[in-house]
Amino acid sequence: MDAILLQILNGLDKGSAYALIALGLTLIFGTLGVVNFAHGALFMIGAFCVVTLQRILNISTVTIDPTKTDFLGNPLKVKTPYIIEWFGEGAGMAIINWSVPLAILFAIPIMLLVGYVMERGLIKHFYKRPHADQILVTFGLAIVLQEIIKAFYGANPIPTPAPEVFRGSFDFGVLIGMAENAVIYPYWRLVYFAFSALVIAGVFAFLQFTTFGMVVRAGMADRETVGLLGINIDKRFTIMFGIAACVAGLAGVMYSPINSPNYHMGMDFLVLSFVVVVVGGMGSLPGAVLAGFTLGILESFASMNQVKGFFEAIYLPSIDQIIIYLVAIVILLVRPRGLMGRAGVMED
Amino acid sequence: MIDKLQNNDRMLMTLFTLMVLAGPILLAPFGAGYPDLLQRFCIFGIFAIGFNILFGLTGYLSFGHAAFLGVGSYSAVWMFKLLTMNVIPALILAVVIAGLFSLLIGFISLRRSGIYFSILTLAFAQMSFSLAYSVLTPITNGETGLQLTLNDPRILDGANTTGSLPSTNFFGLTMNSTAKFDFLGMVLQFNVGFYFCAVMLILAFYLAMRIFRSPFGLMLKAIKTNQNRLNYTGVNTRPYTLAAFVISGMYAGLAGGLMACTDPLAGAERMQWTASGEVVLMTILGGAGTLLGPVLGAGFIKYFENIFSKINDNVLHSWFSFLPDGLEDLIVWVLHFFVGKGWHLTLGLLFMMVVIFLPGGLLQGASHIIDWIRGKKQSSSTQISNPNSMPAE
Repeated sequence: MDAILLQILNGLDKGSAYALIALGLTLIFGTLGVVNFAHGALFMIGAFCVVTLQRILNISTVTIDPTKTDFLGNPLKVKTPYIIEWFGEGAGMAIINWSVPLAILFAIPIMLLVGYVMERGLIKHFYKRPHADQILVTFGLAIVLQEIIKAFYGANPIPTPAPEVFRGSFDFGVLIGMAENAVIYPYWRLVYFAFSALVIAGVFAFLQFTTFGMVVRAGMADRETVGLLGINIDKRFTIMFGIAACVAGLAGVMYSPINSPNYHMGMDFLVLSFVVVVVGGMGSLPGAVLAGFTLGILESFASMNQVKGFFEAIYLPSIDQIIIYLVAIVILLVRPRGLMGRAGVMED
Repeated sequence: MIDKLQNNDRMLMTLFTLMVLAGPILLAPFGAGYPDLLQRFCIFGIFAIGFNILFGLTGYLSFGHAAFLGVGSYSAVWMFKLLTMNVIPALILAVVIAGLFSLLIGFISLRRSGIYFSILTLAFAQMSFSLAYSVLTPITNGETGLQLTLNDPRILDGANTTGSLPSTNFFGLTMNSTAKFDFLGMVLQFNVGFYFCAVMLILAFYLAMRIFRSPFGLMLKAIKTNQNRLNYTGVNTRPYTLAAFVISGMYAGLAGGLMACTDPLAGAERMQWTASGEVVLMTILGGAGTLLGPVLGAGFIKYFENIFSKINDNVLHSWFSFLPDGLEDLIVWVLHFFVGKGWHLTLGLLFMMVVIFLPGGLLQGASHIIDWIRGKKQSSSTQISNPNSMPAE
C-alpha cells in the first residue's frame, strides 16, 4: 500500500510538468490550430528566467576586508550582493533564498511578451500554410531558441536550489496515519504539484467563468461565426497564445529546483508532452491534463523494482524509459482519437 | 514527349554520375576535396534522397528518420564484429534490418496522417534513442557506442595477428586508403571509401529516379495531392505509403551502414531528434519533391557546416581588421554566435528562413531566377511540384 502511494506521489511531479506543457500545447492548438514544436523551448526559457533572476540578485560589490586574510596573507575580498546592501542582511538573504518563487513574478511578463512576439512575429503568417510548414517553422524556432540559450548560459546544467524551507523531505505517511518512515517525500515536489494544480484550475476557471474565456471558447468552437458577430477573435487568440506560453514558462520556473535548467530540457519534455496530447486527445483540455498525470504516474510505477524485475524476466529491461511510448502506441491503435478527444481532429 | 523526358533523364543521370565521380577534382579548389567530407556528402545525399521519397512524394513528414540511420549503423558494426570486415555483408544487413524496423514503425505510424504521423515518428525516434542509449546496452554498448575490439570473432576473416584493429575493406581494397596527386598546387585525394560511397549514391539516385518516373511514384504523388479523393475512388493508399516509408527507411539504413563502413563505430547520438531534423532541413533546403534537390541540400549543409565550424574569433578578427577597433569588436562579438560552436544556431535560422521565404527550396529559387532572367512571369517546370499543395490529406 505505502509503496503504491509513494509511486503515485513520485509520478505527480513529472505528471504535473507534462500536464502543464500539454495544457499549453492544447490551448494553442485548440485556438489557433497550430501545433507548436517550440513549446518545449518556452518551458526551457521559463527555467532560465530563474537562472537570470538568480544572477541579477547575486550582482555584488567587491570590498576588501582588512581584518581577514587568506592563506597567502593577502587581504580577503568579500562579495556583497547589492540586494543585501539595500535591504539589509535578513531581508536580502531571504530574497536570494526565495529566488525561485520570486521568479514567477519575473517570468510572467517575460513569457507573455515572448508568446506575444512569437505569435505576432512568426506564427501569424503560417495560419494559411500547410501543417507541415507550421511544424517545420516552429521546429526551426525551437532550435534557434535553444541555441541562443546555450550561447549565453553554456551547455552545462545550472543548479537553482529551492528555498531552504522546502529543501528537505518529510514523512508524508505519518500525516495520513501510516507507519513512520514509510512514505518519505520531498517538500518541493508537493509544492510543485500544488502549484500546477492551482495553475490548471486557474486556466480552467478563466475559460469557464470570465467573459473573455467565454468568447475564447466560442471561438474555439466556431471561429468564423464569432468573428461575424463583430468580435476581434484574432486579438483574443493572440492573448491566449501568450497565456499558453506563460503556463509553459511557469511550469519551467517551478521545475528548475527538481531538474537543474539545461538548454535541451525543453525538447526532452516536448516529445513526451506531444505523446501526452495525442493520448489525451488532440484539442481536449481535460484530456491533456488527465493524460499528463496518468502517464507521469505510470512512468513512476514502471520504475518500481518489482515491476522492472517482472519486465526484465520477459526481456524488457528498463521498461520505465519507454513505457510512455508503448502506452501511446497501444492507445493509438485501440482508440485513435485519444482518451477524451473528438474523432477526426487534425486528421488532414 | 515520353521519349524526350527519358532523354532528359539520361542527360541528368550522366551529368550527375560525372559530377559525383569527379568530386575530388571539382571540390578541391573550394577546400572540400578531402575524403572525410566527400564521404559525408555522399552518405547524407543518400539519406536525403531516401527521405525525399517519403516526404517529397507522399507529403508524410517523418521526424524520426535518424532512427533508421542509427539502426543501419549498429547492424553494420555488428557484422564487422561477427562475420567479416568486408563491407558488402554489413551493408546488406544494415539495409535489411533498417527495412524491417521501418516496416514495424511505418505499420503503426501510418495509421494516422498529418500532424499525428509527425508526432508518432518523433516519439518512435526518441524511444529508439533511449533504447540504444540505455535500455539495450548489451547490443548497443550504451553511452560509449559500439566499437570494434581485437577479440571479436570475425568468423570469415583470418586470425588477426597484427595486434591492431583491422580496417573495413571491399574485397581487399581498404576503405581508408587514399591516392594523392599534386595538381596545380592542390592536392587531389582519391579515396577508396569515397568512391565506394559515390557508387552507392549514384545507384541510389538512379533508383530514386526510376521510382519518381514509375506508376508507383505517380501514385505516391497522387497521395500527396489528395488522399481523400483516392480513397473515394476505391484505392487503398496504405500499402503505397507503407512501401514508400520502408523504401526511405532502407535508404536511411544504407546511409547508416556506409557511415559505419567509413568509420566503424556506432553511437546513439546518431538517432537523436536533431539528426532527424537535419535530414528534413537538407531535403527542404534543396527542394522537396525534386530529384536533385535533396542531394544539393545535403552537400550545401555539410559543406557550410564544415566551413562555419572552423571559423573562430581569431579568423573573424583578421577578416574585419580593416574596420575601426570598436566596430570590429562589435561585429566579431555578434558573428561569433553564428560560427564555430554556434553553427547550429545558423542552421536553425537557415531552416526558418527557408520555410518562411522559400518553401520550394533552392531549386525553386534557382528556377525563379532563371525565369526572371528570361523575362517570364510564371514557370511550370516539370521537376518542381507545387509547394502549396496540402500534404497527406
